[in-house]
Amino acid sequence: MAKITYIEFGGAEHVIDVKSGLSVMEGAVKNNIPGIDADCGGACACATCHVYVDTAWTEKTGKPSAMEESMLDFAENVEPNSRLSCQIKVTDQLDGLVVRMPESQH
Amino acid sequence: MGDEIRGVVIVGAGHAGGTAAAMLRQYGYTSPITLIGEEPIAPYQRPPLSKAWLKGEADAATLALKPDDFYVDVGIEMILGTRVTGMDRTMKSVTLADGRRLGYEFLILAMGARARTLPIPGADLDGVLSLRSAADAEMLKAALRPGKRLAVIGGGYIGLEAAASARALGADAVVIEREPRILARVACEVLSDFFTRYHQARGVAFEVSAMVESFAGEDGHVTGVRLGDGRTIACDAALIGVGAPPNDELARESGLHCENGVVVDDHARTSDPAVFAIGDVAWRPMPRYERMFRLESVANALEQARQAAAAITGRPVAPHEITWNWSDQYDLKYQFAGMPFDADDIIVRGDPANARFAVFHLKGDVIEAVEAVNAPAEFMAGRQLIGQRRPISRVRLADMTVSMKEVAA
Repeated sequence: MAKITYIEFGGAEHVIDVKSGLSVMEGAVKNNIPGIDADCGGACACATCHVYVDTAWTEKTGKPSAMEESMLDFAENVEPNSRLSCQIKVTDQLDGLVVRMPESQH
Repeated sequence: MGDEIRGVVIVGAGHAGGTAAAMLRQYGYTSPITLIGEEPIAPYQRPPLSKAWLKGEADAATLALKPDDFYVDVGIEMILGTRVTGMDRTMKSVTLADGRRLGYEFLILAMGARARTLPIPGADLDGVLSLRSAADAEMLKAALRPGKRLAVIGGGYIGLEAAASARALGADAVVIEREPRILARVACEVLSDFFTRYHQARGVAFEVSAMVESFAGEDGHVTGVRLGDGRTIACDAALIGVGAPPNDELARESGLHCENGVVVDDHARTSDPAVFAIGDVAWRPMPRYERMFRLESVANALEQARQAAAAITGRPVAPHEITWNWSDQYDLKYQFAGMPFDADDIIVRGDPANARFAVFHLKGDVIEAVEAVNAPAEFMAGRQLIGQRRPISRVRLADMTVSMKEVAA
């Protein structure tokens, strides 16, 4: 279990307990948090679950795979801390994680 | 029905209907929402049924669109295991199979599509299956055991994904296709050829240009598929995956304008301003291609769910998306975007022999569609270029040493 803070583009914060084993994307979608669409349901096929990982956490969330990186390359407003949240698995070590959402996923 | 506050009634609790309900609440809709589904379970994702779920890599909770308590928490009433049998657009009400009537202010039709059946002898034998619902998937999974043989009728995405999952579970698979090539309706020849070889190398057999005459059976259970040339292909189960017609009968009976599905505009609104239709059941505009079409994809279901929810809550509707979809088979990630309706040429980028390539469909120098295998950059850049309708350099597009960023620049 990890407490994850999701911050919408407009600034609204949602603090959610997410079970280990789920992805950061699933934690948002299953709780109806706006800003993460995840059209493909986590298959790393659509790049609509783009988030910015708080820089204090980028080491713990790890590096994107080549596949994820290629998808991110063509997403909007990509930053060095951009990730596809479907590819970040939640573990106890991510307790306290903060992610921010881009203005749009489409 | 008396003086109660009317809200939104959604007919169909699939990916489209479930998302529309959730988006309405996300967009601040406060009146009642009733979601009516024929299946006994809350909205779930269907794509994994032929992929991760079938292989045992996803469970029911993963499939669920939302946890069960979500619907209670946000005030979405679900009526499951119940069919809607009629609608009265003058009274603005729907009738349920149990006789109840529900009034609506807005109605969203999200009945989806159903697996096409084959009207041939033996189609009612045990072990002749289709794959649409979680219940269908349970039956298919039970049939896919080591040493068992699955015959797949129809070489489309569902059939190929099921064949790949069958192999992963140790079962044999044979794909029987009426056309001279698999994926004939949905992909180009380069892709058909690639997928045929990839599946063959992993033990899947193919019968193309093959007519299925009947199913052979013993003690009520399927034992084979009889072909037009007289041969019988032995099997322990047969999966029919030959397309899915829309469940638009309710709309037709009520006099809504229908073609191949319920006709809607770019806000997912039908010919009745109080009625929307979304997902597989909708015959919708595709502005990029200046025509109407019925799309069977999650991306389409979600886009239209958002359109309907936006229209009902008075929010601006997002710009149209370029249609896209994906398929997972073995270690392949196949992604495709756009439609090659008007294309006059193709360019292959990369080498199918390496299982990393993309086929671009062009009209002149403008990309109309892209089919990408293990080539996410080609897919993503292709999708953007399709939307922009910007001419590209064909020479650079064909050259793998030129990155897609540079091609798109």
